[in-house]
Amino acid sequence: MTVATLEVNGIAKSFNGHTVLHDIDLSLQPGTTTAVVGASGCGKTTLLRLIAGFESPDAGTISIDGRQVASPQRAVAPHRRGVGYVAQDGALFPHLTVGQNIAYGLRGTARDEVRARVAELLETVALDPSYAARRPHELSGGQQQRVALARALARHPVLMLLDEPFSALDTGLRASTRKAVAGLLATAGVTTLLVTHDQEEALSIADQVAVMRDGRFTQVGTPQQVYRQPTDRFTAEFLGDCISLPCTVASGIAECALGRVPVQAADGPATLVLRPEQLVATVVSDSEHLDGVGTVIATEFLGHDVLLTIDPAGEAAPLIVRQHSFNPPPIDAKVRIEVVGAGIVLT
Amino acid sequence: MVAPPVGRADDQTQSHPTAPVSRPDRAARPGPLVSAAVAIVVAATLIPLGYVAWAAVSIGWTKAYHLVVRPRVGELLFNTVALVVITVPLCVVIGVGVAWLVERTDLAGRAFWRPLFVAPLAVPAFVNSYAWVGVIPSLHGLWAGVVVSTLSYFPFMYLPVAATLRRLDPAIEESARALGSNSAGVFFRVVLPQLRLAILGGGLLIGVHLLAEYGAFAMVRFDTFTVAIFQQFQVTFDGAAGSMLAGVLVLLCLALLVAEALARGRARFSRVGSGAPRAATPIRLGRKVITGQVALAALAVLALGVPVWTLLRWLWIGGADVWVFDDIVTALGQTIGLATVAAVLTTVLAFPVAWVAVRSSGLLARAVEGANYVTSSLPGIVTALALVTVTIHLAPPLYQSITLIVFAYVLLFMPRALVNVRAGLAQVPPSLEEASRSLGSSPAATFLRVTLRLTAPATAAGASLVFVAVATELTATLLLAPTGTSTLSMRFWSLSSELDYAAAAPYALVLVVLAVPVTLVLFRQSTKVAAL
Repeated sequence: MTVATLEVNGIAKSFNGHTVLHDIDLSLQPGTTTAVVGASGCGKTTLLRLIAGFESPDAGTISIDGRQVASPQRAVAPHRRGVGYVAQDGALFPHLTVGQNIAYGLRGTARDEVRARVAELLETVALDPSYAARRPHELSGGQQQRVALARALARHPVLMLLDEPFSALDTGLRASTRKAVAGLLATAGVTTLLVTHDQEEALSIADQVAVMRDGRFTQVGTPQQVYRQPTDRFTAEFLGDCISLPCTVASGIAECALGRVPVQAADGPATLVLRPEQLVATVVSDSEHLDGVGTVIATEFLGHDVLLTIDPAGEAAPLIVRQHSFNPPPIDAKVRIEVVGAGIVLT
Repeated sequence: MVAPPVGRADDQTQSHPTAPVSRPDRAARPGPLVSAAVAIVVAATLIPLGYVAWAAVSIGWTKAYHLVVRPRVGELLFNTVALVVITVPLCVVIGVGVAWLVERTDLAGRAFWRPLFVAPLAVPAFVNSYAWVGVIPSLHGLWAGVVVSTLSYFPFMYLPVAATLRRLDPAIEESARALGSNSAGVFFRVVLPQLRLAILGGGLLIGVHLLAEYGAFAMVRFDTFTVAIFQQFQVTFDGAAGSMLAGVLVLLCLALLVAEALARGRARFSRVGSGAPRAATPIRLGRKVITGQVALAALAVLALGVPVWTLLRWLWIGGADVWVFDDIVTALGQTIGLATVAAVLTTVLAFPVAWVAVRSSGLLARAVEGANYVTSSLPGIVTALALVTVTIHLAPPLYQSITLIVFAYVLLFMPRALVNVRAGLAQVPPSLEEASRSLGSSPAATFLRVTLRLTAPATAAGASLVFVAVATELTATLLLAPTGTSTLSMRFWSLSSELDYAAAAPYALVLVVLAVPVTLVLFRQSTKVAAL
C-alpha cells in the first residue's frame, strides 16, 4: 500500500475549555479529493487549520507524505509543511498584482523562470496571461478564487487545503468554478482536502466524504456510501431529505405502509429510511384499491422538480415525494407510491 | 494642536464593512518578548496617575483637604467646568450643522468647504488665541476662552460627524420618509441618533483638549486648572499645592470619561443588510441656500480668516526685521529633530501594543485598552509634573534631559499613534498572514512582506500625527525642555509673552506650515472608507 498523503491520527483540540475536535482520524490517498462536510461551527475549519499548521493539536498526530508535522510536543511551522492553502475569500494580497501574488511563494527563483511559471499557472486556471498585471480588486470573485489556487499551486504542494473555497461565490458561478477547480486539481494530481458546509458540493467533487458533527466524524466513505448507506440518522438527514417509516423486517424485506422494500438488517420492528427520489407517485383511478395508495394534499413547484405531499391511507404521517415536474398529479388525486431500489434501516 | 478626529479606534474603522470578523477562538497568544514590551509601555503610561495618587497620599488627608477646599480652587473649578459646559455644546451645534450643510444639502462648493473646515486644525490653539488678541487686545476671561477654543476645536466634531454622514445608508432615511417623516423629522429621529457615537467621540476629544490647553487660555488671561497648575509650578516646582490641583484636574478628566461612557451606553450602530450604500440625494435648501452659504462663510472668516489675517498683518508690520534666520533655523532644526525622534519611537512602541489590542484577547489586551483609554485623556501638564517629580526623586540626572522630554512625548502621544496603527492592523485580515505562511514565508518575512506593508499608510499617518503634535506642543515642552532648548513653539511663546507679536509671527507661520500637510492627511483619512 502506498504512503497516505495525509494521515491524521486521534487529533483533539479545544479552545478555552471548549472541545472543538474529538479524536479525529482521517487518511487521504495520493491524488484523491476528500471533502469534510458539516454545519458551520462543527470544527471542520479547525481541522484544516491544524493540518495547515496555524494551530497545534492538543492530542494526536498529523503526518504529511510520511513525515510527522504535528504532535502535542512538536509542530512544524506552516511555511515548512509544503501544503497549499486556499482561504474562503481567497486572501489575495491587495498590495500586489495578480502576477506578484502568484509569484509570492517563488522567492529565490530566477526572474525569467518566475514569469514563465506565472504565465503557465494562469493558463492552468484558465485565465489570460494579461491578468498578471491586474490588481485583485479588479477581478470577479471566481477569478480571485482561481488566482488564489494558482498561487497555492505555484510551490507544487503535496497537499492542497481548500477552506470553503466556493462559498463566497454566486450560485451559478459556484457550480462552474467548482467544476473547473475539480478538473484542474485532478489533472495536476494534487491530493486535496476540501472543507464545506454544502452537501451537494461535497458529494459532487470528492472521492471520499467525511461527515462531521460537533467535532467528530459520523461517517467517512465514498459519496455513494455516505448518501445511500448512512450509518446513523444524523448523516442520513444531513446529506439529504429522508422519509422515515415504521416497518417490520423479515428475512431482508421490510414491510411498511408503502409495501415491501429490500433492506439489509436483522429481523424485527425497525424504522425504514428512504430518499424522496426513491418514491414514484402515479395517478390511479378511484376504483383501484391497492397497497400504497394515498391522496395528494399539496404540491410545490420547484422548476425541474415538484414536491408532492401525500397523505397515505391509515394512521401514517404525510409523505414527501420528489419527482420531475412534468405533468404532476393534481391536488386530491389518488396516487400509488412505488419504491425504487433498496432502503436502509436505522435504529 | 492637531489630534486624531476620534479618540478611540473602534469608533473609527472597525465598522469597515468587508473587514472579516476574527473569531474569538482564533485569538493569538503574544510571545514573552511582546508581552514584556507591552507590559512596560502600559506601566509607563500609568506613571502620571500613579504620581497623582502618590502625591495625595504623601501630602496627607488634612493638608490635602485644605489645599483643595479653598476659594481659589472653587474659582478654577467654575472656570474650567463652565468652559467645558459651554464650549462642547457649541462645538456640537457648529460641527454637526456644518457637516450636515456640507454633506447633505445642495449648497454650492462642497469640494471647497469640505477641507476648509478641517483646516483650523493646522492652527495651534495658542496661535489662534494670539491672533484674536491681536484683533481685539482687550479680549480676556471666560468668553475669550470659549470663542478661541470653539473656533480651534469645532473641527474635532465636524470631522467624525461628516465622515459618519457620508457612510450612513440613505435607504434608512428613505424608509423614514416613506413612513411619514418630513426632513426635520428624519434628521432628528433617524440621522441624529446614528451620529451619536461620532458626536460623543468628538465631544470627549474637545473636552480633553479644553482641560489640557495652557497656551491659548494663558494668552487671554483665563484661569483654568491647567493654567493655574502651570503658574504654581513656576513659583514652586514639585509643590503640594500644584500636585493637589493636578489631582482635581485628573478627577475632572475621569469625570469626562465616565460621562461619555454613560452617554454612549452599549450603543453600537452598524448597517444592517448588504450591498454598497448609494450616495444620498442632496436636500434642496431653496431660498435658505443663501443663509447657509453666509453662515459657512462667516464661520470660515472667524476660524481661518482671523488667524491668517493677523499673522499676515504682523508679518507686514514686522517686515524683514522679524526674520532672524539664524534663530528660526535653529528652532526649526530642534523642533524637527525632537519631533522626528519622538514620532519614530512612539510609532515603533505602538506596534506591539496595537498588535496585542487587535489580535489577542485576555488580561493584557484589556489592560492595554483601559490604560490607553484613560491616559489619552490626561493633560500634558499632569504628565510633565509627574515626570519632573519622579526624576527629581528617583533619577536626578534625567531631569531636564532630552531623554526625559522624548519620553514625555511618547507618553502623551502614544494614543494618537496607537489609534492609527490599530486601525491599520485591524484592516489586515489574519488570513493574509496565514496565506503568506502557507506559501513558505517565515513569520518575520510575513511581517515585513504583508503586515508591515499593508499597515504602512496607517502607520505613516500615525507617525505624522505624532510629529505635528510634538512640533506644536507647548505645555510639557516648556516644563521639561533642557536649558538651552528653543523649539518653534517655545520661541513663539517667549516672544509673544514679551508682547513682541511681530517677532513671534514668523514662528507661528512656520508652525502652521508644518501642520498643514498632516491636516490634509487627516482629511484624506476621513474621506476614504478603507485606508489602503
